[in-house]
Amino acid sequence: MKIKILVFGQLSEIINASELALLAVNNTDEFNKKLFELYPKLNEIKFTMAVNKKIIHENTPLNHEDVVALLPPFSGG
Amino acid sequence: MSFTQNNDRYHRQIILKEFGETAQQKLLNAKVLVIGAGGLGCPALQYLTAAGVGTIGIIDFDVVTITNLHRQILFSVNDIGKQKAAIAAIKLAEINPEIQIQVYNFQLTNKNAIELFANYDLIIDGTDNFATRYLINDACVILNKPLVYGAVLRFEGQVGVFNLINNETKIKTNYRDLFPEPPNPLNALSCNEAGVIGVLPGIIGTMQATEAIKIITGIGNPLCNKIISYNALQNSFYDFEITPVLNPIETFPHNEMEFLNFNYEWFCSSKDNVSVISIIDFEELRINEKITIIDVRERNELPLVNQFDFISIPLNDLPNLLANIPTENKIVVFCKSGNRSLKAVKILNEKQPQLIAYSLTGGLDAWKQFENKN
Repeated sequence: MKIKILVFGQLSEIINASELALLAVNNTDEFNKKLFELYPKLNEIKFTMAVNKKIIHENTPLNHEDVVALLPPFSGG
Repeated sequence: MSFTQNNDRYHRQIILKEFGETAQQKLLNAKVLVIGAGGLGCPALQYLTAAGVGTIGIIDFDVVTITNLHRQILFSVNDIGKQKAAIAAIKLAEINPEIQIQVYNFQLTNKNAIELFANYDLIIDGTDNFATRYLINDACVILNKPLVYGAVLRFEGQVGVFNLINNETKIKTNYRDLFPEPPNPLNALSCNEAGVIGVLPGIIGTMQATEAIKIITGIGNPLCNKIISYNALQNSFYDFEITPVLNPIETFPHNEMEFLNFNYEWFCSSKDNVSVISIIDFEELRINEKITIIDVRERNELPLVNQFDFISIPLNDLPNLLANIPTENKIVVFCKSGNRSLKAVKILNEKQPQLIAYSLTGGLDAWKQFENKN
């Protein structure tokens, strides 16, 4: 299954891919587990996750070609 | 405030059929509070003033520094060292002397926010730290005020509207639905250290002013329950739909009393094992002991400190200049607000574990406030 991934802010220094081919990933919890295995530095940064532009707060099913976006908070003004 | 048809000032927006005299009158009747007269606040203030928002409040306790000038476009070289809010008010009155401008040259806290916000219809967040952002959000939720949020870093910016009900879905969201918990300050970046391209807050601050005008006048679709992320290098916009957290962690104040007792500095502080020192303990320590004080701000940052001796090592240079630090005394590290000093102490703990080092909580901002009180 292919999941498109968009990253924002300082996350782009950790994840330099725009698409991940992940087998046996059915939902965002499984996706996160794989993602943190691939990019352990993600543990250092808080971010919000959106599936197909909708921000999620709990485990959400994923389908082929879904777009997952990761947005960290900024504080600059 | 009265508005007459003969007033040519607003002619070009009044002739817009979606806008007209009705929208202009709504702007003239409106009261908007802009928090922070910085990179976001300056352009937002300029456009809201020019557009004819009847009453504008500006709250900022900071002074102008030379590092502000590349993005904070209300200020000039002659303003360096002066109060931002006061200077902004003078410049804005030159643009439009027909509106009321209120200046608040003090720091926003949970002790003064409710009373201040109650006087305004809409709040614009142009601040530069997470503690104040959560504070502003919570006060707006308690008072049910629309909040126009903006934030920038490097080449990317975020803009959104919180606490405004979507009339179709009846859903209303806020900052805590977007970011329920603050990031660890040891890992979060500020513009002071990570940088920001000057035009970026100009774009995001102008978008904030646009949203404010849309909300006040009722034209168009405000960014209700949405946040837009803009990337200046890629020329790309991406929007997120914010959904309410259904089972929130019980870490937010639900009413005015809980808000007054909520410690925002602690909420946004590092829960890592980095030693910190309060202003009062620091004052006692520097009088009673020989200590080494390190300033990790950039070399040209204000305010200047002449009340005690210190060595200056900007945070980015610290790993290469560890040899400059005397090892016989306790160390207190300070910066402007207490975030960079936390990172510095973490570096010291890793590289020189034999040292006893503390980060000054609240930084120079808090220390200056303490000095003024005593």
